[in-house]
Amino acid sequence: MPEPMMHEPTDAKRSWRDSALAQLTLVRFREFLREPEAVFWTFAFPIILAIGLGVAFRNKPADVVVIGVVTGTPVGDSLAARLAKAPGLRVQNMDDSSAARGLRTGELALVATANASGGVEYHFDDTRPEGRSARALTDDALQRAAGRSDPVSVSERKVQEKGSRYIDFVVPGLLGMNIMGGGIWGLGFAIVEARRRNLLKRLVSTPMPRSHYLMSFLFSRFFFLIVEIVVVLGSTALLFGVPVRGSLLQLFVEQLMAALAFGGIGLLIASRAKTIEGVSGLMNLTMMPMWVLSGVFFSSSNFPKVAQPFIQALPLTATINALRATMLQGAGWSVVAPSIAIIAAWLVFSFTLALKLFRWR
Amino acid sequence: MSFNSSGPALRVTGLRKAYGDIVAVDGLDLTVNAGECFGLLGPNGAGKTTTIEICEGLTVPDAGVVEVLGRRWDKDERELRERLGIQLQETQLAEKLTVDETVNLFRSFYSRGRDVGEVIDVVQLGEKRKSRVGKLSGGQKQRLALACAIVGDPELLFLDEPTTGLDPQSRRQLWDLIVELRASGRSIVLTTHYMDEAEKLCDQVAIVDHGKVIALGSPRELIASLGAEHVVEFTAPDAPADALDVATLRALDGVTGAREHDGRWMLEVSELARAVPALLAELRNRGLALGELATHSATLEDVFVSLTGRQLRDA
Repeated sequence: MPEPMMHEPTDAKRSWRDSALAQLTLVRFREFLREPEAVFWTFAFPIILAIGLGVAFRNKPADVVVIGVVTGTPVGDSLAARLAKAPGLRVQNMDDSSAARGLRTGELALVATANASGGVEYHFDDTRPEGRSARALTDDALQRAAGRSDPVSVSERKVQEKGSRYIDFVVPGLLGMNIMGGGIWGLGFAIVEARRRNLLKRLVSTPMPRSHYLMSFLFSRFFFLIVEIVVVLGSTALLFGVPVRGSLLQLFVEQLMAALAFGGIGLLIASRAKTIEGVSGLMNLTMMPMWVLSGVFFSSSNFPKVAQPFIQALPLTATINALRATMLQGAGWSVVAPSIAIIAAWLVFSFTLALKLFRWR
Repeated sequence: MSFNSSGPALRVTGLRKAYGDIVAVDGLDLTVNAGECFGLLGPNGAGKTTTIEICEGLTVPDAGVVEVLGRRWDKDERELRERLGIQLQETQLAEKLTVDETVNLFRSFYSRGRDVGEVIDVVQLGEKRKSRVGKLSGGQKQRLALACAIVGDPELLFLDEPTTGLDPQSRRQLWDLIVELRASGRSIVLTTHYMDEAEKLCDQVAIVDHGKVIALGSPRELIASLGAEHVVEFTAPDAPADALDVATLRALDGVTGAREHDGRWMLEVSELARAVPALLAELRNRGLALGELATHSATLEDVFVSLTGRQLRDA
């Protein structure tokens, strides 16, 4: 069937509000706002998540490392006495077996015992950061107590800069995740639900221009995107002082592009599915790898090198990279251009394919 | 309104549609005159919905020609959509919208149409304007669907099973609305598997079975084609299986046809006053006791039974 031509109202008295596009977009707003769960997941959830993570990973005063000393022998007892006042360490005196248990369960970062030659033996897991720092602190304390003098004089200045904390790292990730969810869930569920209810078929039995139906989704996403950005960035800036160092316009363009690309992916996922169960499976299949790989909660560079080309090509990775660079490093257009190019490629690919595959009945 | 009263509202010839091995429509012809209410009557699965959706331009036929208001779907879809009103079987409109918002939405699709408030009043939902669609009863939802179908002021209205699943009172309410729409000069095509609905609403009825039109005419003509104005149903519960046969019963005074279905006999009768005494006498002669005895005026249901040997509702 040919695509209907553009809509040309002949009735002059009717206002823009009576146009198909305006009415369809209003329907999107009404359906969204009358669904309290959707409002919660879109606006409140990212803030709650940011607060939770902000509290859990707040920058505590330099952690005290807990170590165990096996006492009961003369060497052990003198070891305990020498370490008791060491800075940055909390020393627990104990017997052999409880020391072993403490080490196993991770309550102790290190256990110090006397060795056969009258020296000290450190038991610790060198793959754990606390293990390694406990080794350094304990050894330092013992050597100093034994009279070591440091040949190089050092001075310290402590810095805790906004923009390098975990909360700063995670907010762009959450923003990206939210844009992905909004696009994919927002379009996927609504379209498949309309198809399941025979509503799509009913709509195309009218003179409604089909493109207006799809555009109404993009218009409403555009509006909600602005609200999302303001709510998430505003609240995290207020609560945690998360900075936006780059240009706001650039940040907005990145998010708009991402919202359109994920809208296209949502449209693609929903293009043929007939049941909510079917489309849910497809949406999870699409989003799950990105939740894990795209660096929402930890840097995607932690994954092996061979996987990097794939990970970097994911739309969420590109989105989060661009957002982080702009917010935290104040990077300009030239820095984020490759990320924006990846997002644009997804946008074109998903819309082209979705419009080819889309089933109206 | 400029109703195209010169040609037929709908002309369908040689329509064919198969889904895999299942032939849904098998060489179907129809002509619907402008201003008439035309009914496609048949059991579930007869091909009514496929036929009407092809006419609505929603399904592409394998073969055949469809002319709607003198136009073809492949050339004039845009214009046709403006001039048609369509109610699909089982459309669930968005539950979170109100009646008002829903009709407004559908009004926005048409370049010319009726006033939204007026249409809502016509379908008697004036008091429910601000109610959510999800809170409406089945009959109210069906009337809302009708409002969405007529808000573009259509010349031709397609209604697919408009009263299926409704209680008797809601059905009667919808019937009154359809009669009014018909009186205002619109052409209407409706499908139904209720013979009383077709009898009450339609000027012309096509009885459809297995994707073909097996009888066509006004309800009165179709019933008259039985050659009998009444139907007598009876049972003879104690009778041995072969105690009665069609030939014997047909030979009775005033009886024009006879058939048996699940131990229940049905006689098509031209004159009740002669046939019933003759039947009773025959049973007495054979020493058979009468179980139930009922008579009714012949209906389209009886026409369908006479043509197919099956009941509409369990066909």
